[in-house]
Amino acid sequence: MRNTLIQALSHRLFWPLALLVILLTVNVIAVPGFLAITINNEGHLFGSVIDILRNGAPTLIIAVGMTLVIATRGIDLSVGSVCAIAGAVACSIILGSPNPGDPGVVTVAVLTALALSLVVGLWNGFLVSVLGIQPIIATLILMTAGRGIAMLITEGQILTVDSAPFKFLGSGFLAGVPVATVVAAAILGLVALLTRRTALGLLIESVGINPEASRQAGVRARGLLFTVYAVCAVLAGIAGLILTSNQTAADANNTGLFIELDAILAVVIGGTALSGGRYSLTGTLVGALVIQTLVTTVYTVGIPPIATMVFKAAVVTAVCLLQSPTTSAALARRRTAGPASPRPVATPEPAVTR
Amino acid sequence: MTDTASTRAPAPQGNPDPVVEMTDISISFPGVKALDSVDFRMFPGEVHSLMGENGAGKSTLIKALTGVYSIDSGVVRLGGLQVTFSGPAQAQAAGISTVYQEVNLLGNLTVAENVMLGREPRRRGGIDWKAMRQRAAEILEGLHLDIDPASLLNSHSLAIQQLVAIARAIDIQAKILILDEPTSSLDVEEVAELFRVIRSLKESGVAILFVSHFLDQVYEISDRLTVLRNGQLVGEYMTDELLRIDLVQAMIGKELSALDDLGSRVHSAEGETATGSVPETFVAAKAITRKGAISPVDITIGAGEVVGLAGLLGSGRTEVARLIGGVDRPDGGQLKVDGRPLRLRTPRQAIKHRIAYSSENRRAEGIVDELTVRDNIVLALQADRGWFRPIPRKRQDELAASYIEALNIKTPSADALVRNLSGGNQQKVLLARWLAIAPRLLILDEPTRGIDVGAKAEIQKLVYSLAENGMSVLFISAELEEVLRLSNRIVVLRDRKKVADLVNDGIGVDQLLALIAEGAAEPELEAGVAS
Repeated sequence: MRNTLIQALSHRLFWPLALLVILLTVNVIAVPGFLAITINNEGHLFGSVIDILRNGAPTLIIAVGMTLVIATRGIDLSVGSVCAIAGAVACSIILGSPNPGDPGVVTVAVLTALALSLVVGLWNGFLVSVLGIQPIIATLILMTAGRGIAMLITEGQILTVDSAPFKFLGSGFLAGVPVATVVAAAILGLVALLTRRTALGLLIESVGINPEASRQAGVRARGLLFTVYAVCAVLAGIAGLILTSNQTAADANNTGLFIELDAILAVVIGGTALSGGRYSLTGTLVGALVIQTLVTTVYTVGIPPIATMVFKAAVVTAVCLLQSPTTSAALARRRTAGPASPRPVATPEPAVTR
Repeated sequence: MTDTASTRAPAPQGNPDPVVEMTDISISFPGVKALDSVDFRMFPGEVHSLMGENGAGKSTLIKALTGVYSIDSGVVRLGGLQVTFSGPAQAQAAGISTVYQEVNLLGNLTVAENVMLGREPRRRGGIDWKAMRQRAAEILEGLHLDIDPASLLNSHSLAIQQLVAIARAIDIQAKILILDEPTSSLDVEEVAELFRVIRSLKESGVAILFVSHFLDQVYEISDRLTVLRNGQLVGEYMTDELLRIDLVQAMIGKELSALDDLGSRVHSAEGETATGSVPETFVAAKAITRKGAISPVDITIGAGEVVGLAGLLGSGRTEVARLIGGVDRPDGGQLKVDGRPLRLRTPRQAIKHRIAYSSENRRAEGIVDELTVRDNIVLALQADRGWFRPIPRKRQDELAASYIEALNIKTPSADALVRNLSGGNQQKVLLARWLAIAPRLLILDEPTRGIDVGAKAEIQKLVYSLAENGMSVLFISAELEEVLRLSNRIVVLRDRKKVADLVNDGIGVDQLLALIAEGAAEPELEAGVAS
């Protein structure tokens, strides 16, 4: 029993962690000072690792919400569009005000953007839990429509903002650490507390593993689904604000483009199955770090940018293969070697004998 | 009838060779012997019914015959030749066709396309649509089915779809046609239509394996019966020589149990309650019904009373329990709890009124197998409190520890995944979940199915002591001894109707068997018994 426990533990995070270490090693070989962190004259931390932590923050923030959604057997494809909507709303409010540098204006802009994200999340929750539409279809609606909405808000323009308080969100530093990183860490911690210190996590997993048994045990799936889609959308809104702030511009067409795929990948690499059930936020953290490190590796190793996507795909395929039950069963069979194989399908006799 | 030597009915007149003969078939799954040296044979031009309760091995035997499962030991002969199928396709090619319970056809294609699916006549690299429609029309005509082959399958009733499935099956030149619960969703006229087709196929020499839990239908259509129980062969009989009561007894059997000591204890205790005053009514269901599941039925359950629901599989026993437990919504009738009318729309509402339904389908509707023993035990209680009021971890540990001890749940720890426990222990975890909400009515649907004798005895003892402490229990079991041993009152269901409602004052198994098999068939008599 103890043995299987150890096995299970190693299974869950072993390969993603190993991959992260391998990627970092590759980087260190390519750039010997890769892991070095320096403090510049403004007291800010600098270095490739810090870049990974900062640039990976939006993906991580979204992946945290995505983890909860996936745990309920769902998926949220609309997060990238929600990023764009949140950015567009915030920028248009800031630009519309006579005093873009006023922290009060920026606060209103951020809160409005997040409120709209919440509404979008509740819409997704409504489609999935009340109307019973399959999550992939339900969220596909906003994935496509969302960028249109963002476009309407920006009136088809790329809104460039010059607002110090807003810029702080994406590229500022708090006690030397990038603000985006601090926000991502806080969100990860908060969501972990919210789901594990209350019964939310248990009920989400229960519904994800066995919806009918959960229903008979009195679990209300509807409220849970509303909650996870709402949380996911608000987190996507936050990520969208960070991305927009970093670019100092809201671009309805490109903010958060394909980020849903990175987030889903982070969740899957982290060991949470797409079929729902038990989830691991720690795994999602590792997954998000793997993805961001991968992007960095492409640059440090000097893989031509045109091949980036292919390289990424290859690594992801490797992780998925290593984590798949079929592979681990095959490996286990190898280890025990021999008689543990399943009983033969055919008996020795020929198919038909006279 | 004895349990050791199985009987075998004579071959039909003219002594034809059996078209299929399965000898000494055994199949094991991890931890279970699903079939234990079972013999089975079918003759051409006969309808053969395969009978048995849940877990008897019916579907395993069918899957062994159709090549879905491989056989551990034993021999299958088809027309005298030994065969080994490595998949359903081979069995089909050898002339064994199966029509499953759920019609597995494509509703948005035409009747002709469904009949010819996978065997479409071809012409110049494409499908020869004209030939396909012609061929389908011929087959349908052979079944005296007057429908347009070009019409969409979905535009027809379930019965017609069922017949189309049969048409599809016999076009594969079937020598053996297996019909697995073909009538479960058909009404009386549709059944008659199906039987007409079965008879005409029979005349053309096809051997038909018919599985149904409607005894009337079995007696109407089949020539020969094979009864299985707990993976073993009970016997093969000619239908017209076997009384219904003997059939039911063969299916249910008598458990020569290690539970006799328990039995005597419970009965003496029941004597006390029986002589005392009638218990106060806790739940009263009046004419509750659900279309296609159960005809209007009255049931009352007193406080601290154990009411047994007896009847065969498909008699409506589970359906009644699900209505009272709020799992399914009734179409009509009224439920009163503590004398107040109540509409239960969800299990959650039932739980709020301290009514717990423990499903017969432990894996699919009971345990949450990827969660720990602790999580499974606290699940219903936690769901009832709401997610924002978590049960403190310490309290969870206490709950889990106390139920693990009280119910003797064999698990390495409360942190073990329920998936890794044996069936009996999973059942106990499920029971613990319901006990944790302190129910006033506990509905136990087959709580002892598929678990070992030791765990069975423990669960029976538990039910008994719960009732003694004032909890009401609605108890369903296919094992009549168990029902008789535990129940104060027994409600007998047959063919989705209540046929008897009697105080358990020393009823014998035989008497109960008679009710289950024959019931109080006359309507006026039924009313008399029920009141």
